[in-house]
Amino acid sequence: MIKVLFFAKLRESLDCAECSVPLEQTTVAELRAGLIEEGGEDWQQALGASNVLCAVNQAIARDDHPINSGDEVAFYPPVTGG
Amino acid sequence: MKFSVTVQQQDFDVSQLCGALQGSNSEVGGLATFVGVMRSSNAGTALRSMRLEHYPGMTEASIRDIIQQAGERWPLLACRVVHRVGDILPGEQIVFVGVAARHRGEAFQACEFVMDYLKSQAPFWKKETTVDGHSQWLDARDSDRQALGKWRRD
Repeated sequence: MIKVLFFAKLRESLDCAECSVPLEQTTVAELRAGLIEEGGEDWQQALGASNVLCAVNQAIARDDHPINSGDEVAFYPPVTGG
Repeated sequence: MKFSVTVQQQDFDVSQLCGALQGSNSEVGGLATFVGVMRSSNAGTALRSMRLEHYPGMTEASIRDIIQQAGERWPLLACRVVHRVGDILPGEQIVFVGVAARHRGEAFQACEFVMDYLKSQAPFWKKETTVDGHSQWLDARDSDRQALGKWRRD
């Protein structure tokens, strides 16, 4: 199982804070595409946006980053702290 | 370099944090600090409050990583970052960055470096509520990302 978290505006747009994906192995790009396909139009708009960032096991990850079962993945908008 | 990062809801006491930064280290010749404060308006619109969200675990790790980078670049003795989350009101403190060093040059530089990187990389998100009750997530600023340019070493 892959644990997927969504933060801030992305969480609100998707109306989802967390979900589990039953995959053994994938990549950031594949996971994102799969979630969009399942989720439909709203998910395409929100999660498909070019400025969405990703972290795998709490470290920034690019599209080709591998993901394995047991990993924690997060998708979030550009940060605005400080 | 001793350092620590705290993400918390409660307000912080700058003088207490400075005292702890210096500690009993007689090598400390200078402390440089920055405090981020919530403004009462954004682009002319009066604000009622702001809510700060973070990614527990990753946020702290990200700031620790930034501090470690600063420690590799400059000779620092200590660094402390405290960042609030939750509901913040206009005028309230949001973030504290403090650096202790032997000399002021590295203290000033490292303090600015940590703050610049925190703004561009640390997972926090702000949602502002106006006095009319309208809420909106803030967009990241290009100027924050561009500020990192001053730290490039060519």
